[in-house]
Amino acid sequence: MTTVSRREFVTVLAAAGGGLLVGYRVGEGRRVTSTATIASASAATPPGFAPNAFIRIGPDGGITLIMPQVEMGQGTYTSMPMLLAEELEVEPEQVRLEHAPPDDKQYANPFFGEQMTGASSSVRAFYEPLRRAGATARAMLVAAAAASLNVDPASCRAQKGVVTHTPTGRTLTYGVLAAAAAALPVPDKVTLKEPKDFTLIGTPAKRLDTPSKVNGTAQYGIDVRLPGMLIATVAASPVLGGKVAGVDEQKAKAVPGVRQIVRLEDAVAVLADHMWAAKQGLVALVIRWDDGPNAKVSTADIVQGLARASQTAGVTARRDGDLTSALVGAAKKVEAVYESPFLAHVTMEPMNCTVHVRKDGCEVWTGSQVLSRAQAAAAEVTGFPLEKVVVHNHLLGGGFGRRLEVDYVTQAVRIAKQVDAPVKVVWTREEDVQHDVYRPYYYDRIAAGLDPRGTPVVWTHRIVGPAIVARFLPPAFKDGIDIDAVDGAVQLLYDIPAIQVEHVRHEEPVLNTGFWRGVGVTHNNFVIESFIDELAAASRQDPVAFRRALLGKSPRAMAVLDLATKEAGWGKPLPRGHGRGVALLYSGWGTYLAQVAEVEVTGSGDVRVHRIVCAVDCGRIVNPDIVRAQIESGVVYGISAALWGEVTLKNGRVEQSNFHNYRVLRMNEAPQIEVHLVRNGEAPGGIGEPGTAVTAAALSNAIYAATGKRLRKLPLQSALALAAR
Amino acid sequence: MELTINGRTRQVDVPADMPVLWVLRDVLGMTGTKFGCGMALCGACTVQLDGQAIRSCVTPVSAVAGKAITTIEAIGDTPAGKKVQEAWIALDVPQCGYCQSGQIMSASALLASNAHPTDADIDTAMAGNICRCGTYGRVRAAIKQAAQGAPIGGKGARS
Repeated sequence: MTTVSRREFVTVLAAAGGGLLVGYRVGEGRRVTSTATIASASAATPPGFAPNAFIRIGPDGGITLIMPQVEMGQGTYTSMPMLLAEELEVEPEQVRLEHAPPDDKQYANPFFGEQMTGASSSVRAFYEPLRRAGATARAMLVAAAAASLNVDPASCRAQKGVVTHTPTGRTLTYGVLAAAAAALPVPDKVTLKEPKDFTLIGTPAKRLDTPSKVNGTAQYGIDVRLPGMLIATVAASPVLGGKVAGVDEQKAKAVPGVRQIVRLEDAVAVLADHMWAAKQGLVALVIRWDDGPNAKVSTADIVQGLARASQTAGVTARRDGDLTSALVGAAKKVEAVYESPFLAHVTMEPMNCTVHVRKDGCEVWTGSQVLSRAQAAAAEVTGFPLEKVVVHNHLLGGGFGRRLEVDYVTQAVRIAKQVDAPVKVVWTREEDVQHDVYRPYYYDRIAAGLDPRGTPVVWTHRIVGPAIVARFLPPAFKDGIDIDAVDGAVQLLYDIPAIQVEHVRHEEPVLNTGFWRGVGVTHNNFVIESFIDELAAASRQDPVAFRRALLGKSPRAMAVLDLATKEAGWGKPLPRGHGRGVALLYSGWGTYLAQVAEVEVTGSGDVRVHRIVCAVDCGRIVNPDIVRAQIESGVVYGISAALWGEVTLKNGRVEQSNFHNYRVLRMNEAPQIEVHLVRNGEAPGGIGEPGTAVTAAALSNAIYAATGKRLRKLPLQSALALAAR
Repeated sequence: MELTINGRTRQVDVPADMPVLWVLRDVLGMTGTKFGCGMALCGACTVQLDGQAIRSCVTPVSAVAGKAITTIEAIGDTPAGKKVQEAWIALDVPQCGYCQSGQIMSASALLASNAHPTDADIDTAMAGNICRCGTYGRVRAAIKQAAQGAPIGGKGARS
């Protein structure tokens, strides 16, 4: 495997195998840990030992781990290697990492049956498969060593890439053994290590991608540079469904550095020597748009449609007990409507994709959470068979669900089809905010009946919104139930005798909607955990005591609730204008999370978040420091959305465009975040999204505690301003 | 036009109003400096100009002629930058990492001019650098570690 490294350049050169190879070092400096390369699929597999799709050991002893799940900040390029290295018996410092190519057969996420990084699934889905892959390779290397030394394999031990015959102390390195191991049959069964014998899993091992991310050498899709490459930026129809009616190119073509203007049915791209010329060219273009059928739509129209749909029954996703008699018997009924707005992802790295369409095939460089879909998208646009479409993945400058979509790949390939050179299409931030695949607007009707002592006896929750899963993963859309839309709602942990959860599917074709860090759970948790607080207030009970009384059947939930509230000092006095709020989360991710938020509402009505305490039980932990980091990350992402996040429409156009009007949390506004981990041997739970999902309700409940105002509509800051009028 | 970048003199033939960001990335191939917003709102494009943190996405190249530009590719050659990079590694600050070049350039400029910043100093210096992965707590802790050579409690401390 060839790798190249220069301080200031991404070097592109011809690899020995004939394909293009863009190489970079992941590690540089004193703590060099690993090197990742992006090799073209046409490069021949080097000789050596490759017992499965994830491990390759060369005769030189070089150990390469091929990453099935992409790295977008969540730490997969450390946690996945840890799973492999634990069983393979190598140190993380000994391995090199490689992005997997698109290949659903070899690299499918077992949860989805295709190559996909999302839904907080990487550790859950690969916890056993990657350990098994490592153990298989180790068993074969040990068998090769035993044969070579003519000893019993049971008398040999593998450690740090070396097999030792314990009685004699004779050693053979994995590199020396690679050829012999490659000739052995792959065993059907291998024994995985007992958790008590883990030396890596469960430790705060250092991230393998950190060194490259502190010195500018980490390579994202946007950093691709190819000989003869043009750089393009694009304006798509500001209204979804609109078309280009006419373009005056004259002024744009006069901008120095502008080389070509490409028209698509719904977009115009300016191609230039550099992004500055492309941007200037785009500004100089005069585009007439035919806005199409959505030209007059505003947010209010969408909410009206959702409100109407909420009057109709939906598909029942959970039903316990006898609703009718429970309702009749209730002493008090509490009802509410909750609303959650459209949200943009706003990854730090704007959408981008580089494409070279040649006569005989197509090559794509990008960062994608769904690599095989990116390949299929390029194949569809170009008409080439899949094997003629090579896709090079990169580190992702944020995903959050945005890069589960391939719209930006499709668009770039459509542009590149008209160009006789490689083209890097880079969206401006404005294009990114205004042409996202947004978190849907959800409208929830929720109600509960309380008995005379204030205990809930019936709970009904009607969720109105689109069925993203029906579009995104049709096989998972069964019996009309979108498992995502109701996620977190159907698992309601509170012990209430009669429960109904329904989903009313209501699609809004005026904006594309999709997954957004937590999606269903993020919106459902806000509704459920705000409403349970409302019930506590209606019963004149403490929010924590009220929840505890309903958690008798959920000891793990009770434990995180107790841990978080104890650490947060629940019940201790706070200054005037401050309040604490609690929220509890459980969902299909299999993780239990309790959060206590401490906020201040200033005299002028600004919400300031001072402290967030989280207690997390995500079962078996692979890397506790990465778990902490993901909770910290999720909380910050959740605060931005809960306080300010809102995409609105006017005349079919998204009104927000950049960070000045799509506000996100900054350093000076960030709270102290404390994460307390529960350690146990339960199955691993997801960790990328829970921190985000639990935050809105905790903040809203804290604002209620501080002000007495119950906010049922996100974002909280503008809802509070309305409530204060 | 003649520019001084990371101690080297570079000749570029570009429009005078072209932002430094695109000169670095698209003309000189120095991709460590990132594009985030194009409006000086997010800090991903931060570089140092004579030691001051500036937003290269809105700084025309004509404004930097005759001044010393330092980018992420060479910040490790400065005492403050080296300490910051080491602290970043020690605390595993980055997640997706895309904003981290800018974070490090701002933090290094802060420490070069203020060896012992308070929380308020850190807020002022770093408020312009957005991180969507929410690494703020670790950024703060790493700045303190770089400044004082040891982890410190307080705001942003890790449990």
